[in-house]
Order: sequence, then C-alpha cells, then structure tokens
Amino acid sequence: MTAVATPAAPKNDAPAFDPGAPPPATLFQDIWRGIGKENPVLVQFLGMCPTMAVTNILANGFAMGVATTFVLVGSGLFVSLFRKYIAHEVRITSYILIIATFVTLADMLLAASFPDISKALGPFIPLIVANCLLLGRAEAFAAKVKPLRAVADGLGMGLGFTVSLSALASFREILGRGTILGMPLFGPRFEPWVFLMMPPGGFLTLGIACLTVAYVIEWRKKHTLAARSA
Amino acid sequence: MTDHVHVHGGGGAPPVQGKMTPAWKLLATLFVAGAAAGLLVVAVYRATLPAIQKAAAAKVNGAVREVLKAPAKWDTLYVVKNALTAKLPEGADPQEYQKAYVGQDASGKRMGIAVVGEGPGFQEIMQLMIGFDPATGTLIGIKVLDQKETPGLGDKIENDPSFMAQFVTRIAPVVGVKGRAGSPPNQVQTITGATISSRAVIKLVNATVARWQELMQRYDKGGTP
Repeated sequence: MTAVATPAAPKNDAPAFDPGAPPPATLFQDIWRGIGKENPVLVQFLGMCPTMAVTNILANGFAMGVATTFVLVGSGLFVSLFRKYIAHEVRITSYILIIATFVTLADMLLAASFPDISKALGPFIPLIVANCLLLGRAEAFAAKVKPLRAVADGLGMGLGFTVSLSALASFREILGRGTILGMPLFGPRFEPWVFLMMPPGGFLTLGIACLTVAYVIEWRKKHTLAARSA
Repeated sequence: MTDHVHVHGGGGAPPVQGKMTPAWKLLATLFVAGAAAGLLVVAVYRATLPAIQKAAAAKVNGAVREVLKAPAKWDTLYVVKNALTAKLPEGADPQEYQKAYVGQDASGKRMGIAVVGEGPGFQEIMQLMIGFDPATGTLIGIKVLDQKETPGLGDKIENDPSFMAQFVTRIAPVVGVKGRAGSPPNQVQTITGATISSRAVIKLVNATVARWQELMQRYDKGGTP
C-alpha cells in the first residue's frame, strides 16, 4: 500500500493517526477501484475457487457475483459500524461471524427465490465465507473507514467480481454450449466446444482474460510514460 | 503479539500500546455478536422456509406427473422399517422417509408408482424419478432429478430426450446395447460417448424397480391397495 502523506504534528485532541488506513477518496473512486484497477478476479486474483467453479454458464456466474456483492456490502457495513466496539484481539473472529451471517442469509434467500440457480451453485454459496476477498476487504478497508465508504467499496468490489465472472461465464457458455442464458445462438450445425465447459476450459478462459487485462494495464502505463516524456 | 503489529496492524479500534482488552470484554463482544447473528439467521430461515419447501414440493409434483403420464391423483406411501405404509408414526417428519407415489387414473385404478432412485453415475451420485407398473415391471417414464455427468457427453442422459424416451414401455430389468437396439422389449440403446453414464442409468433403473416391486408386493399382500 502506498504511503500516506505524513500528517502535521497532531493536536492533542486529534484522532490517532492510523498508518494502515486507506487514503482518502471520493465515493465514486471507492466504487470504481473494485471494478477497474483493483478488480478482485482479474487483477488481485482473489476468489479463484468460485471463479473456476461457477463460470460455466452465465446464469451461475452472475448469481454468484450478486450473492458475493450482497455479502460484501452487508459485511462491510456492519464491520464498519462496529469498528470502534470490536476489540483488536477478536476482530478476525468477529469479521468471520459477520460474513458468515450474511452468507447464510444469501444462501437462504437464493434458495427461496431462485431454487434452480441455488441448486446449480450447490456448496459454492456457503463457501463464500472462505473467499479471501471478504475477509480481505473487511480487514484492509471496512474496519478503517466510515460506513458509507465501506459500503461503496463493497459495492465496487462486488460489481468488479460480478462483471468478471459474467464475462468469463458468457465466453464459456457461448462457445462451450452455443447458448447465452440458455437461449441457443447458433444453428443446429454448431458443434459446441465442450472443452470450455469443463475445468480446463475455465483455466484457459481465465488465463486469456488475465492476459488481456495485464496487456491493457501495461499498454496504458507505456502510453502515460510516453505522453509525459513528450 | 509484537509491538509492531500493535502499531501498524490491522483493523478494529487501534489498541493502546501495552494495554490488553480484558477477557470479559472480548467474551461480551463475541457473545453479543453471536446472539445477534443467530437471531437474524433464525428470522430469515423462518421467513424463507415456506418458499423453499414449496419449490421443492413443486419440483417433486412436476416429476411425478411427468413420469406417470399425468395421473388423476396419487397417494404417498412411506418406507418405515423396510415396509411400505400409508401412515407415518406419530410426530415423524415425512422428509426423512423414502416415498412411493402411487398414481391413479380418473376411475381410481392404479396406473403405476413413481419412486426416486439414487445411485452412482460416472463421477457423482445421480438421482432419477422412475415411474413404472409394479405388477409387470413396465416402465412408464423416467426423469433425471439430479446429475453431474460430464458436460456434453454424459449429461446427454438428461439433455438428449431420445435416450430417456427409449425406456418407456420397456420391461425391467433392461439391458443396454451398443449400436442399434433390437426389438426385444427390454433393450435400450446406450449413448455413444457416454456408455458409462448410460449403463449407470440402466443399472439404477433395474435396481430401483426390483427393490420397489418387492416392497409393493409385500404391501399389496398386506391388504389395503
């Protein structure tokens, strides 16, 4: 994490300076960061397990993204609200408790409203608890900022996760099945690339996506440098 | 915990160096948080349970209707102590017992029974709803409830309707043949590229029919239809 500007000598009643706190940013920046340059899947490589498992068809990837967003926003809000009351020694336990509660809620709400998707996602909804993205955002961000920023960050990270999963899943569903959201795209003579529906296809798709994102980031870096030196 | 962690570390209220939070406070934090979380989970569980059960029941009803070719109505029999009975013991949860759905046509004549069969597929347990006539072993219809066969190959047992359609009017025990199935009333053509999944279905159908035929015979001898 980049160093924050050293604060002027604090007054006696000024709040203690926390070197680990995220630098100040607008709400828009907090949201956009998760979608763009700190995208959880394609840049931070967090939550690879659900990414591999549920991106075989778009409905599954999208539902997984929405469920994770719900948990990110809910746990971020509560971690931030209670950040002053959670003792330092039991903070991880408390964060996991908050996350697990929201995951359980998401699981039950999904089962009640979309039983088919809930069945297809199987154990991967309860496993959101173990997604390091959740604990990571709680510990690194939500616990150090005001609730509004924590919610914005959760929303951004969730959207970034949803967009990445949906993109990977669309690619795999279109080529691996010849459908999108279950609707056939090509004629009956299209032979689906079944390989993409299987785990190795997931790795290949993710590799292509990460390569593309890394290339764009490098290209933009070079572009900015060139523009500066010109 | 080192001083370093105290100064720079993680979240929560940054602790004052050298000062530990008393144990009762830690316990109180976790107790209150746990109780609040528990209450919330129970509340949502109670709120969503009816919808979840309704969806599960609708799925079973749809499958029964499909594999018995639209019965007018059906009765449910439960397996208690390896015998069929129409009445469950007092206070028992119907969810915990295996069931047979005995379908009848409009005149009350028995059309057949629908049961759930569960057995190993290519790599995971598969679940079928099987409708058949217990007197003759003639299959009426089969529907896949759950399968995790290889996408594109083994999952044709569910996605290729012509495979399951073959079972209709066949008489169990069924035999799987490669290539073209002949005229005998017990032959079914296996799917090319999914021989193991096809055989798993056949094996599961045969085992399920045999088991429930025996159960139904004992039940019918016992009296009430």
